[in-house]
Amino acid sequence: MTLFGKLSWSAIPFNQPIPLVAAAIVLVVILGVLVWVTLKGWVPYLWKEWITSVDHKHIGVMYCLLGLVMLLRGFIDALMMRSQQALAFHAPGYLPPEHYDQIFSAHGTIMILFAAMPLIIGLMNFVVPLQLGVRDVAFPTLNSVSFWLTATGALLVNVSLVVGEFSRVGWLPFPPLSELRYSPGVGVDYYLWAVQISGVGTLLTGINFVTTILKTRTYGMTYLRMPIFCWTALAACMLIIAAFPVLTATLAMLTLDRYLGFHFFTNMAGGNAMMFTNLIWAWGHPEVYILVLPSFGVFSEVISTFSSKPLFGYRSMVIATLFICLVSFCVWLHHFFTMGAGGDVNAAFGIATSIIAVGTGVKMYNWLFTMYGGRIRYETPMLWALGFLITFITGGMTGVMLAVPPADFLLHNSMFLVAHFHHVIMAGVIFAVMAGIAYWFPKAFGFRLDEGWGKATFWFAFVGFYVTFMPLYVLGFLGMTRRLQHYDVAEWRPWILAAMVGVLILLCSAICQVMQLVVSIRHREALRDLTGDPWDGRSLEWATPSPPPAFNFAHLPHVDNLEAYWNVKQRARDEQTLGRAAPYEDIEMPRNSPTGFVCAFFATFIGFALIWHIWWLMILGLAGAYATFVVFAWRDVPEYVIPAEEVARSDRANRAIRQEALLGGRTS
Amino acid sequence: MASWRGIAGRCPLATPFGMAVFAAPQLCFADSILAPVGPVGAGDRIILLDATFIMLAIVIPTMLVTLVFAWWYRASNTRATYRPDWSYSGRIELLVWSIPTLVIFFLGGVIWIGSHRLDPFAPLASAKKPLEIDVIALDWKWLFIYPQQNVASINRLIIPVGRPLHFRITSATVFNVFFVPRLGSQIYAMNGMTSQLNLEADEAGSYLGLSAHFSGDGFSNMHFATVAVPQAQFGQWVADAQARGPVLDTATYRRLLRQDLKLSPYTYRGVQSGLFDAVAMQKLPPGEGPNADQSLQHTSPQGGP
Repeated sequence: MTLFGKLSWSAIPFNQPIPLVAAAIVLVVILGVLVWVTLKGWVPYLWKEWITSVDHKHIGVMYCLLGLVMLLRGFIDALMMRSQQALAFHAPGYLPPEHYDQIFSAHGTIMILFAAMPLIIGLMNFVVPLQLGVRDVAFPTLNSVSFWLTATGALLVNVSLVVGEFSRVGWLPFPPLSELRYSPGVGVDYYLWAVQISGVGTLLTGINFVTTILKTRTYGMTYLRMPIFCWTALAACMLIIAAFPVLTATLAMLTLDRYLGFHFFTNMAGGNAMMFTNLIWAWGHPEVYILVLPSFGVFSEVISTFSSKPLFGYRSMVIATLFICLVSFCVWLHHFFTMGAGGDVNAAFGIATSIIAVGTGVKMYNWLFTMYGGRIRYETPMLWALGFLITFITGGMTGVMLAVPPADFLLHNSMFLVAHFHHVIMAGVIFAVMAGIAYWFPKAFGFRLDEGWGKATFWFAFVGFYVTFMPLYVLGFLGMTRRLQHYDVAEWRPWILAAMVGVLILLCSAICQVMQLVVSIRHREALRDLTGDPWDGRSLEWATPSPPPAFNFAHLPHVDNLEAYWNVKQRARDEQTLGRAAPYEDIEMPRNSPTGFVCAFFATFIGFALIWHIWWLMILGLAGAYATFVVFAWRDVPEYVIPAEEVARSDRANRAIRQEALLGGRTS
Repeated sequence: MASWRGIAGRCPLATPFGMAVFAAPQLCFADSILAPVGPVGAGDRIILLDATFIMLAIVIPTMLVTLVFAWWYRASNTRATYRPDWSYSGRIELLVWSIPTLVIFFLGGVIWIGSHRLDPFAPLASAKKPLEIDVIALDWKWLFIYPQQNVASINRLIIPVGRPLHFRITSATVFNVFFVPRLGSQIYAMNGMTSQLNLEADEAGSYLGLSAHFSGDGFSNMHFATVAVPQAQFGQWVADAQARGPVLDTATYRRLLRQDLKLSPYTYRGVQSGLFDAVAMQKLPPGEGPNADQSLQHTSPQGGP
């Protein structure tokens, strides 16, 4: 055993130009940003306001930023995969199998766990406490720990680009292929530790938000007065609490196999790899709903706001959400009908799966009837929502097709399946995230995003989605299976080339999205939203100034209706007064804490050390992380006070704006 | 599919445009799972199409209504009635719960019947005795053993037309899936387990077979030609195979445990009895993986990665 375990210079791929150049560019960019930030003197600001912040709004923004960067990284993988298949007809293409296999493994891992999850959790972080009318989540420092552990996972995945290799076995490490015998390299270990560490963060988020939603709502916010987004966040976080421990345990068993010679899933000594498939999907299927339920919540908010109407059938929506939440745990076997469980088992799981479509169908119709009788404003968030309504229904349909076992016997693991899950995750989750970001961005930053670039992003994404993924459905019918590095079947070629065109259209969309952010930040004064309520919103987040102060609400609001802020506005117009402001008091808020960042710093070393078997470094990392926790636990002053005068100043300014907007400036 | 060709030929619109309209779907789907060449594939296909049409019956109207509502209730349309407080209707609620529920009831029946009737393990109804074929997935090739004929074939599956086939399938290495798309159902090949699959080919021809579960670096080469030939020709092939090639016994089998990126098809003139069971019962060691033999010759179609 050497000082650096398995790590040596041969881990750096000096002989492979593509990863080396890519990694060099990323390193230069990161170093450039760090140097720029330091020269500008922004480090203290970043440290105080962001890195050590326990404010749910700042953590939400950082989650979304991480998600967007990883979305871009995952998309670059997608470009490489599509172009490899476009070239590799009767030819080896430009990516050898050992590299191509890493790319599709990284694409799936990154897109689900480090792009979609942070984006969804970021929106939940930003929105849920505001909608509940409270000042922060239940455990603010824990929230910061969650974020930084997720960032650690993302960092480890990206380190594998240049030090060693990433997993080559797909986004789920199915044994026996992922066992030491067939995957002796460090790739699977990178996957295991990145997912385990970020998984801890996700589980903590689940606990945090379930507690927040169940225990810390404002006065009068009964369960059936919660905005639907909070309901979907609650359902998703309950799924996280139930499902993520399964993932942790499953990966821990594989880790024991790989590190300590256990035989849970090996080919020898009584291991049973089928059990891994069972367990991983017992997490994997609920995971889909962890992503898609909050997405449904975003669409519910957007469609209602932009139709200028309350959500149709709110109670039905709540029931449908909880119904999906429950049934999603009873369907995992549909991922492996072709293992041959027999007619009874396959039929039971097939029917259970299609029953989920009842809940989704109800939601679909309720959105439809929300639009009915509305005055629909087609701004960017609503375009994403309409794109979703049109697209998602067929994605759901192809999902139910796959839930019919005899049909699945033809389509399992084919490009049809690839098309299906991109169909629902892109049109469901990514469209929702885009709608959510466009919708809540003015609340977070006090200025709107540029509409022109936003609409261009939508249209390129919408068209690009169809051009990319419809051909993959055809390829599934033509018998093409997924993850092929090269192929010789002439009939497949035109469709693969069509998908290549589609992914280039999606590239235009990605460029427009980046442009939108750049242009909006440069023109932020022109796009400034002074009202705090740019879309004529209906729930409590729109009652705060944009951006909201650290304490969110000067007084915790009293809620007596489902649409809390809409009601306030109605009453103000009817009574021609905002009502008197209650006396202002000091507000105690949680103090910033570097605990999350420092823990994650040590967790990064723990992960890296475990991957490369550098045991002394792992012990140092564990000791450091434990010390951080002890220091935090011994903290004497957990809160700081915002004086009443400051609260009053902020609230008076906000009231003046509301007065102007609702009552045309008349004083009460 | 043949009748389509006839229609295209007689069609008065046999201009390039007409040709394109008729030829396009045929070109696209001639080699697809929608053009099965056996009863299993045909059964799977009917269930697939049934389920699709049942769902399209509500999906298409819903999509149209979505577009109509989205267009009619745009803010700039002054003729549309604005109902700012309308958010509940018991009748509509009843409707929106019952439409999907009824569809799923219907579909549930299709799923139940289809799952039982097309269970891959269930023997096909046929007067003829099925031909037994034992399949072993290896890194990265397929071994087909014909126990009744006492021959074996690597990376090429020869089958007689019109006779039921009974496959026993296992893997000597990682997970794979045995799949010949145009014959129908696929099934997992797993170490230490024996899956069964019943298929039949009704038309002579050569069909693509592949592995439908990622199995490592050589996965893309794990395809094999499935050649369906008339019974007499099959007998001829068996006789030829019995006449030449090596014998598959424990020693020659061990050679197959090494990883090969690409192996050209060949046959074995004899097979040690009980070999498949020994593999499936894990009495023989599993595939060696990448570290076993560094001197291993890697060959790939275009000169290697």
